[in-house]
Amino acid sequence: MKSKFQVNNGVLLVLVAALAVFPFVSDSRTWTILLTQIFIFSILAMSYDILLGYTGIVSFGHAMFFGMGAYTTAIMLNKFEASLGVFFFSIAIGMIIAGIISFLVGLLTLRLKSHFFAMLTLAVSGLFLVLAEKWRTLTHGNDGFTFRAPELFKDRVMFYLLVLICLVLVYFFLRRFVSSPLGRVLIAVRENEQRTKSLGYKTLHYKVIASVVAGIVASLAGSLYAVSLRFVNTSVLTMDITLDALLMTIIGGVGTLIGPIIGAGVIELAQHYLSGLAKEHPIFERWIIFFGIIYILAVIFFPRGIVGTIRYAFWKRKNKDVSVVLNTSKVKEVAK
Amino acid sequence: MSSLLKVENVHTHIGQYHILQGVSFEAKAGEVSVLLGRNGAGKTTTLKTIMGLTPATSGAITFEDEAITKNPTHRIASNGIGYVPEDQGIFGALTVEENLKVAMRKDDDSAKERQEYVLNLFPDLKKYWKKDGGHLSGGQKQMLSMARAFVNESKLLLIDEPSKGLAPVVIEKVMEAINEMKKQTTIILVEQNFIMASRIGDTYTLIDDGETVQSGQMSDLVQNEELKRKYLGIG
Repeated sequence: MKSKFQVNNGVLLVLVAALAVFPFVSDSRTWTILLTQIFIFSILAMSYDILLGYTGIVSFGHAMFFGMGAYTTAIMLNKFEASLGVFFFSIAIGMIIAGIISFLVGLLTLRLKSHFFAMLTLAVSGLFLVLAEKWRTLTHGNDGFTFRAPELFKDRVMFYLLVLICLVLVYFFLRRFVSSPLGRVLIAVRENEQRTKSLGYKTLHYKVIASVVAGIVASLAGSLYAVSLRFVNTSVLTMDITLDALLMTIIGGVGTLIGPIIGAGVIELAQHYLSGLAKEHPIFERWIIFFGIIYILAVIFFPRGIVGTIRYAFWKRKNKDVSVVLNTSKVKEVAK
Repeated sequence: MSSLLKVENVHTHIGQYHILQGVSFEAKAGEVSVLLGRNGAGKTTTLKTIMGLTPATSGAITFEDEAITKNPTHRIASNGIGYVPEDQGIFGALTVEENLKVAMRKDDDSAKERQEYVLNLFPDLKKYWKKDGGHLSGGQKQMLSMARAFVNESKLLLIDEPSKGLAPVVIEKVMEAINEMKKQTTIILVEQNFIMASRIGDTYTLIDDGETVQSGQMSDLVQNEELKRKYLGIG
């Protein structure tokens, strides 16, 4: 069944094709790197939206899965040969670890009410952060470490294309996931968990499945992020990463897959330009303050997010048209 | 007629509040049992306790001779008890079709036949098939909520205040639907509208301050002006 949340495949194809040829027609290295970051954070934000937008779960610990992917890939590329084989193998291992941890954490914590769950995920995520800080022999603590990426990725364009392919694959996988019968149950859980239970669903199972899928996808984003920087430190496990994913989802529009992609684009571009404005005026050295103001204004004036607001405007217009049609037919009836 | 559901001296606490303080009644197979009482008497909590949404702290609930008192909600529902809550509990972001599909839980031929049957019972739903549940009117939501509970061939349906907040013409439609459903399943109905309750119900249970006051045949209650005046404020 085609979901009402889906974007036309033709439009997507054109967009993806345009993005794929972009690095060949533009020689801007900055833009290639910036778009790569946007794609990576789009994957992370989409994974977060499976929790927040589709299942109604607020997690403050999503960064732990992102960090698991980042550290697994970084450690494996550092310890073993920096080949494509090791790179793909490290992604798979990262996803498996994230899947197992998200399953265990979900099983233990998703029974709790939403705010307790949110706090517990924050605590568990904090544990992983401390572990990464203290296990210096493996992680080099807060200082982190650099590592060699596979030879192929020395060409930024190749890495850009790989990340774009990952984004497209994740998008279609998650689109299939949320429009499947299982996805419908997740939306039902978000809308009314008690009612979903009364229909015979063990909602905990479904929430754990959502948590595992979100964790696995976040781990992929983490692996790509580490390779994009060729460096990893404990910042990949901090609350900042979770907050970024949360805000990208909220600003783009929760409960849609396109929303988080747009949110990631808006936030990454805003970060880039606001920090760049420091050259123009010293006040922009404190760009994070302006960033905060943008967040506050966006949440106040666009609580539905960009995609949600556009969709609502279309819905309102459509209903206005219907009421105009109804009124016209009423007038005709009276005239008769 | 055999007893399908038996509620015996059930007590329920919600937080520190002792809401049900001894509710007992039976629902016989093929009958409509109506729970009556003033606002806040404990009727809705009784239905929620049967569904396991507010589990009983003591007492016993048996369904088809099996104790379900401590069972989780999803298992109670899977045993064949459908629930139509007071607030209808429609999934606003899902279409009418998706709401029904979530409730059906299977997609075989028998499920499709059942869906057809339910849609014949609530023909209005076909008109709004692709409309979001959140955009339906109160009456349409009530129809959808009942259709959703009925689409799984429940052995017992718990329906909470189906006429609440609806226009008289819609109430008539809801009554017709319940009368039709009554031919196929056992129903426990919570209803404030005594006229409606007395037309549909076979038996009644009066609940007051969380306790069962009296049970019996609906025809007896209709004629008992004193009981109606004392516990329902009518007559």
